[in-house]
Amino acid sequence: MRKSKIIFLIFLATLCGKVMAAGQKSQILLDYKAIENINNKASLQRGAKYFVNYCSGCHSLKYMRMNTLAKDLGIEEEIFIKNLVFSNKKIGETMTKSMSDKDAENWFGAIPPDLSLTARSKGSDYIYSLLNTYYTDSSTITGYNNLAYPNTSMPHILVNLQGEQKLVLDPNNKPKKLEKISEGFNSEEEYQQITNDITNFLVYVSEPAKLKRYSMGFWVLLFIFIFGVLAYYTKKEFWKDVH
Amino acid sequence: MSEKNQSSGVIGWIDERLPILSFIRDHLTHYYAPKNFNFWYFFGSLAFLILFLQIFTGIFLAMHYKPDAKLAFDSVEFIMRDVNLGWLIRYMHSTGASAFFIVVYLHMFRALMYGSFKKPRELIWLFGVFIYLALMAEAFMGYLLPWGQMSYWGAQVIINLFTTIPFIGPELGVWIRGDFAISDPTLTRFFALHIVAVPMVILLLVILHLSALHTVGSNNPDGVEIKNTKDENGVPLDGIPFHPYYTVKDFVGMGVFLFLFALTVFYVPEMGGYFLEHANFIPANPLVTPEHIAPVWYFTPFYSILRAIPDPAFGALAMALSIIILFFLPWIDKNPIKSIRYRSTLFKINLFVFVIGFLILGYLGVKAPTPLYNALALRFSEMYFIFFALLYFYSTARNSTFSYLFSGIILFFIIAYDILRINSDNYLTLLIGLSSVCLFVLFMTLSPLYTTLNREKEIPERVTG
Repeated sequence: MRKSKIIFLIFLATLCGKVMAAGQKSQILLDYKAIENINNKASLQRGAKYFVNYCSGCHSLKYMRMNTLAKDLGIEEEIFIKNLVFSNKKIGETMTKSMSDKDAENWFGAIPPDLSLTARSKGSDYIYSLLNTYYTDSSTITGYNNLAYPNTSMPHILVNLQGEQKLVLDPNNKPKKLEKISEGFNSEEEYQQITNDITNFLVYVSEPAKLKRYSMGFWVLLFIFIFGVLAYYTKKEFWKDVH
Repeated sequence: MSEKNQSSGVIGWIDERLPILSFIRDHLTHYYAPKNFNFWYFFGSLAFLILFLQIFTGIFLAMHYKPDAKLAFDSVEFIMRDVNLGWLIRYMHSTGASAFFIVVYLHMFRALMYGSFKKPRELIWLFGVFIYLALMAEAFMGYLLPWGQMSYWGAQVIINLFTTIPFIGPELGVWIRGDFAISDPTLTRFFALHIVAVPMVILLLVILHLSALHTVGSNNPDGVEIKNTKDENGVPLDGIPFHPYYTVKDFVGMGVFLFLFALTVFYVPEMGGYFLEHANFIPANPLVTPEHIAPVWYFTPFYSILRAIPDPAFGALAMALSIIILFFLPWIDKNPIKSIRYRSTLFKINLFVFVIGFLILGYLGVKAPTPLYNALALRFSEMYFIFFALLYFYSTARNSTFSYLFSGIILFFIIAYDILRINSDNYLTLLIGLSSVCLFVLFMTLSPLYTTLNREKEIPERVTG
């Protein structure tokens, strides 16, 4: 009877953990799920390329050291400097931005946030949906609005790649779907791949140690497992004479 | 244990000056523990292991951490990225904090189940509750140090509790913070308290906890005092030497624990936002209040009790009482039968309802408040206290006058509170409102109706199995 009680408690605890508040999020946003795979080096490298080209003008990665990045992504330091560093920075420095906060505030009305930890604080789905749900809106200064971050002051930087979308409302004036109104340089699938690469890159940047802990964890667990088995048989041997 | 040690050499030389051999004999090799410890008896040694891990990892974190409001957040990220194995040390420390509470909660539940707080172990229990309090203080102050949004606003909520104390409240708040708002002085003093003062208090309390334990000996799942039946050498018949029997057994427990611990540290250190909250990866910003402030999971049952009462001062009072009441447990439940195995069915149901209620309070504390959740939190808070009332009531045979009086007083308080506060026409809230009253009435009427429920079993002379 005691055992069943324990099982029930465990069941209840997991149930409590599983119940999640879906909140009032629009259904369109929920459809954007990023695929996280930081072991996909090619994706991370592409993500780094897009980030440096499209994002790094305004957004810093102030905790990301460039030599760590080069090493983890399997890029040689000379090649890294040649292709991904546009200033006279040293490879041991972090990826700060060149735009000053004062300029940024004048130009956009807000300082573009540092993105080092965004994937951890807001999650990868947020970044991915933000990059995918820009739509034309003449009432905003930039001409674009966003479903994931309504009324953002960030312009649609990737519009040339994606093309323009407009928001279709349902009869209750709720967002129903996004509709393409002009073609971009890339197809829909290609654009999703690009934004997923950027998201994946930011997931890596938010915690570079993840690469290490996944591989190290196995050996630590194996060690503890062997220790546990030895401890178990030692205990069994010692307790033989206890009745 | 009065015979003299006959050791020569270095050990003998030291032992003449420092009683290491007699200490090992008295507390390990000739310290007799009941032979029938079960699964629930692992958590004491595991708590000790975690204490060691926390101190060890804490020392390394303190080498790289900077207690300065401008540098703290950055220095934590520095540890996570640029310090060799810094991420491992940090995750061990953050996971260790949660593991500490899991283990301590299970350890306390064990004491409730087997009556380990009862005579002659009242002091062990008291020191234990003090350890639990010190642990809460330690965890709370440690959580401010990463200087993230949740660190900041969680601390804000808890320090505001103290400001609700009448008359001295506001000054007390300033005194704790060292400023009118949480800022650099708060961080530096919390750092000092977290790494020096509170750990020393915890270590001292652990020594007292263990000294008291070794004076009276361990309880066991049968609640039998093994010291009552000894052989001709004065060795308890149901006892076995702590070393080697329980040292080797505890190593098995440690193996299982460390496996789960490492699994968390290496694969899910955030535990879905429960061990490390997502919003804490945003630096503290006094100007931006997070949408939803939730304390770390181990405080949430008490946080629920706090929120259940709309008036902040009374909410804080209820929360304080919910912890203070633990100190009185040995005098609330004076039933001589220790173990749940030989106690009445009503006791078992009562304890079961209490555990479920505590878990639900914990769950509600994580969630943003809604009218439904608030109604539930209030009722489960009442059930939390009803558990202790029932424990007291059923600890001995009561006559009918006392029973009526006792039920009357408790029902009066619950209903009076409802009449004072009810302004809701929501039938669900009203329905939930009846739940704690129903629970109490049910408990009070069950035993006269079905006397078997209140029947206790015979306690054995010796341990079973």
